[in-house]
This record gives sequence, structure tokens and C-alpha cells, in this order.
Amino acid sequence: MMNEKLFNSGILTEERQKAVIPPLDLWEKKKNGLVVIECPQQIPCNPCHDSCPTGAIMAFENIIDIPRIDYEKCTGCGRCVARCPGLACFVVDLTWGEEDEALMKLPHEMLPLPQAGDEVACLNRMGEEVHRGKVINVTEPWKDCTRVVHVSVPKDMVMTIRAIKVV
Amino acid sequence: MTRKIIREHPILNFEHENKKVVKFTFDGREMEGFEGEPIAAALHSNGVQVYRITPKQERTRGFFCAIGKCSSCFMIVDGVPNVRTCVTALEAGMKVETQTGMGILKPEE
Amino acid sequence: MKTTEILVVGGGPAGLSAAIEAASLGCDVTLMDSDLKLGGQLIKQTHKFFGSREEFAGTRGFEIGNLLFDEVEKYKKEGKLEIFSNTTVTGYYKEDGIVSYTIGEETYDLIKPRRIVMATGAQEKRIAFRNNDLPGVYGAGAVQTLMNVYGVAPGEKVLMIGAGNIGLIVSYQLMQAGVKVAGVVEAMPRIGGYWVHAAKIRRLGVPVYLQHTITEALGDKVIEGAVIQEIDNTFNLVGEPIKVDCDTICMAIGLTPTCELLWSAGCEMKFVPQLCGYVARRDAMMRTSHPDIWVAGDAAGIEEASAAMVEGRIAGLAAAASLKPEGCQMLKDKSAEYLKRLENLRAGETGAKIRCGLEQVCCECWG
Repeated sequence: MMNEKLFNSGILTEERQKAVIPPLDLWEKKKNGLVVIECPQQIPCNPCHDSCPTGAIMAFENIIDIPRIDYEKCTGCGRCVARCPGLACFVVDLTWGEEDEALMKLPHEMLPLPQAGDEVACLNRMGEEVHRGKVINVTEPWKDCTRVVHVSVPKDMVMTIRAIKVV
Repeated sequence: MTRKIIREHPILNFEHENKKVVKFTFDGREMEGFEGEPIAAALHSNGVQVYRITPKQERTRGFFCAIGKCSSCFMIVDGVPNVRTCVTALEAGMKVETQTGMGILKPEE
Repeated sequence: MKTTEILVVGGGPAGLSAAIEAASLGCDVTLMDSDLKLGGQLIKQTHKFFGSREEFAGTRGFEIGNLLFDEVEKYKKEGKLEIFSNTTVTGYYKEDGIVSYTIGEETYDLIKPRRIVMATGAQEKRIAFRNNDLPGVYGAGAVQTLMNVYGVAPGEKVLMIGAGNIGLIVSYQLMQAGVKVAGVVEAMPRIGGYWVHAAKIRRLGVPVYLQHTITEALGDKVIEGAVIQEIDNTFNLVGEPIKVDCDTICMAIGLTPTCELLWSAGCEMKFVPQLCGYVARRDAMMRTSHPDIWVAGDAAGIEEASAAMVEGRIAGLAAAASLKPEGCQMLKDKSAEYLKRLENLRAGETGAKIRCGLEQVCCECWG
């Protein structure tokens, strides 16, 4: 009941995993990471497919379909992260850093803009700070003001952290 | 008074530096705004939110719809009442006044 | 008296699209828009649009506006399209088909068009609560205009009323403009807008109060705060009032189509809750019951800018083809494509409401 209420206000809860998640064996080995897309509602939208250079995000049979991913083709480039109008795509690189670390590539469209080297607050889906992470890189794939922030996070938080805030 | 305008934005570039700053008066007080912006925006950036007082209950009124439909933003501009300040462009030297009650039209001399 | 072949009333996404298509068919087109700048709701949208490539998905709204302006410029240069901004169409006189308009606040004139496309858009609805008339209570669209077009923040801390797409999107845009959002208040047990729009603001810490309503705005001359409270499934107040610190209350509880001119023209109108108010009955080519008047965009039923642009193209083409018989083939070809795009935009669970609404007002053909 609580989870239903949370979902209805925009929070994806553990029970309702409509996130598209990579298969674990591939995910743990893929350098540069794989994409996670949290777009659980059927809305008429498909620029994620159009933005993908390798065809990993498959063509939509119907524009309202939830995105489907061919993980063998995903290179973790982050172009979809910056293109999605709903900011629903994130890249997670489990191979990065130490044993217990991972790298997340998150979309960011707020001021202040983070710079590589900054320490930023990492927020969960409810906006609560759960970690302080280091910004490794900031890219702007489409040169359209949507940044992709590459931030180091604990490996066990990759399905929790969804935003960063410059502090 | 420093005008409250948005000076930095993650997506938009307002190019405020390319806009022409003009002086106008509000109830006799000199203020600054950008030429061509709606009078309502110029007032808002100067911290003025009350544009008129209603005839019977003397309630305050200000900005509401921004598309010239609701009549909330009427003010007296250069002597002319019931001016929709949300869709009327600011010009240098304009005399903007709080409208109290119904507008009074003065016949031209 | 001024005359024109096609008058387009409204220069937002639907109106601009209609004007472009009509001019492309060789008609003389006059477009009148009541705002200082053309583009309607498009020029205020900083977020990226949904839809498919044809609807410019992934492109920011104001950039889509620029694409339409480029097409408009082309026809303006060719002398096919005349634009009047800061011009409000004030009346349609059905006895002689004459339209009155004002430029600014003082110039008044008349025009006789052969055909009209009404693309007059929509306006904010209101709900009743104590002090809802004080300055500081602003429509969500108005707040967008102030901050995204003119670069003026509406206040420092905003309480958003309504969690439809507009409420959720404007909350996000407020944060981009450096304004705090105290929360989003929604009467229903779920958000009305797209889930992803809500997720964007929730992960930045904005609370969404489902099944809550605003009971009172606080303040003497201007807004200084608000009181919200939980409601049950029958909309009765439960629990305790909650005081919210804010200096602006943004109304995003819904839009309703702007239809005065359609009423004046004697068009057949119908109240359709799913389309958010009274709308004109129309055929598949967007023609109303009046043989010279077409309708497009939010004026035809509250929907999205992407649908407004496609409807505008259909209406503009159909109105033009009624004057240029040689355009009928182009109408057939292009409209088939446009109708398919509308069908795609209206598919699935999020399109159910619109489809239900349209069933109540669409007719095959006026005959």
C-alpha cells in the first residue's frame, strides 16, 4: 500500500521493478558500463532509440512501448542519458574503481554545474542524501545543456542513487 | 535597488546585457526595466506585485494569467486606465500607476 | 476593409503550423496573435519534448518554436504570410463573417477572411480557497512566461497546486531558475502527469502531497504562506491543516479551451470533460460545423503541443484546400500521414482520456 502510494507520486519502489536492468554476469564485466532505464509508464516517446549509436536500445514497434535493450550492444556511451526527455536513463559501470565501487553516469540540468574533482551529494529517488561521491568527469554529448555527470558511488547503491547535487 | 532578474540559468541565455535598459515611473517612483518587456515583468523585477485595488472590497490584484485574458493586471499607463500590463510593452518614460477602483477615461483634449 | 484568404487566430504551435501549411498551398494567410511574442506555449518550454522524431522528440520546446519561426520567415519573405502580434481578435460577426481586432490597447479595425483557423489555445482553471485572489497566486503558464521568456523569477519559494504535466514540468523549471519548490499538491491519489516528470523532481527532494488540497492562502496584500490538508476519497478534509512556507502559489490544476469566438460564430459546441471544457464539434480534417471555420490545438481539446502542431497542419491544409482545388491531392496525401501521427501520439494508457473525449466530438464529415 505504501509502495503503491510512493509509485503514484513518482518513486520506483523495490517491489515494482519496471526498471530495465542488465543481466548481472554481463554487467559485472562490461567496461564503461551498461544503461539502466526507469521508464515504467507507456507514453508516446522514443528518442532513446534514435539517440543510440549502436542500436542497443531497440526500435519501437509501437511508440508507447517501454524501451527494450540489447545489452550485448550497449557500450555505456551515455548518449541516451542526455537525450531522454524524462531523464530516465542512467549508465552504471560496475567494473570501475575498487572492488566495492562503481561509476554512475547521471543526467544533470541544474545549477551549479559540477566539475571533475568536485565532491557532490548523491541523492536517492526521494531526494535524500545517501552518499558523498567524487565527480570523475562531466560530458555534454549533444551540446544542448544536458550534462552527464560521471560520479563514483558505492557498488551497493547503484540501484538507489538517482541524482547529484553540488554542495 | 538591484532588479531581481535571473542572471544565470542552466538552459537559457536571457542575453540581458544586449537589452536596452529604460527608465519609467511607478506611482511617481523611478524604476528601470528592459525596453519591450511586458510592464508587468518590469514591475515584478522591481519587487512590485500589487497592480490595482478592486472597487468594492479594496482587495489587491496583480499578475495572474500573463496572456491578457483575466483583467487582474490592469493599471493606468500614461493616463490610460485598464491597460493589460502583461501584454503591453514597456517604453522609456512610461508613467505607470496603481489603478484604484474602476478606470476613469478622460476624453482627449 | 482588409481582406485575406485565410485568417489564423493564435500564433502558438497549432496556429503557426496551420499558417505554414496554408501558405505552402499558395494561400494568402494572415496570422493574429495577442501576445508580444509569437510561439504561444512553445517559447516557454525548456524541457525536451516527447513523441517521435517527427514531433521533434528530444528537442527543447523553445527550439521547436525556432524551427517553426524559420518556416514562417520563409513564407513571410515570399509575401504569402502576414503576421500581427500584440493583436487580439475581439469578435466574429456571423451575419457577414467579419472579424474585429485590436492592436495593442487602442487601435481597432476589421478584417474579412474567406476562411478561419481558430487556434486560440486555452486558459487556466481556478479553484476556490480563501485569499486565492491575492497577488502571488499565479497561473503556472504565467510563471513560465515570467521566468523563461523574460528572465524574472516569480518569487523565492513556490507551492505548486496540481501534479499534471504542467505542474510537474513547471516545478522542475522553477528549480532550474533557482526558485525553491515547497511541494506539489495533488487532490487525486496519483499524479496526473507522466511518471518520469514526477521522478525528476522527487529525486531532487520535492515532496508530492497526494490526496491533499489547498484550503487557504495566507497574506494581507500579497501571498505569505499557504495551508494544505489531506482529503479522503470523497474529497472531504481529514487530518490536521499543514502550514506551508511560500511566497508564490502556482495554479496548475488544469486548462480549459478558449472558445469565445467559436461560440460567436455559432459553431456546434459540446461539453466534454475529457477535453476539459466546451469544444467545437469537428470532423477528421478539424472543420467545425461552420463551413468556413476550422479549429486546432488546445482550443479543440486540452492535449499536448506535439498534437497541437499536427492538428494545426491538418486544419491549415484543409482550410487552404477548400480554396485551392488543386491542393486537394496534397491534402489527401499529407493528411493521411498526419492522422497516423496523431493516432500514435494518442495510443496507450496515457492517450485513453483524449481518445474518449474525441469520440464525443468527432464526426465523419459535415456533408
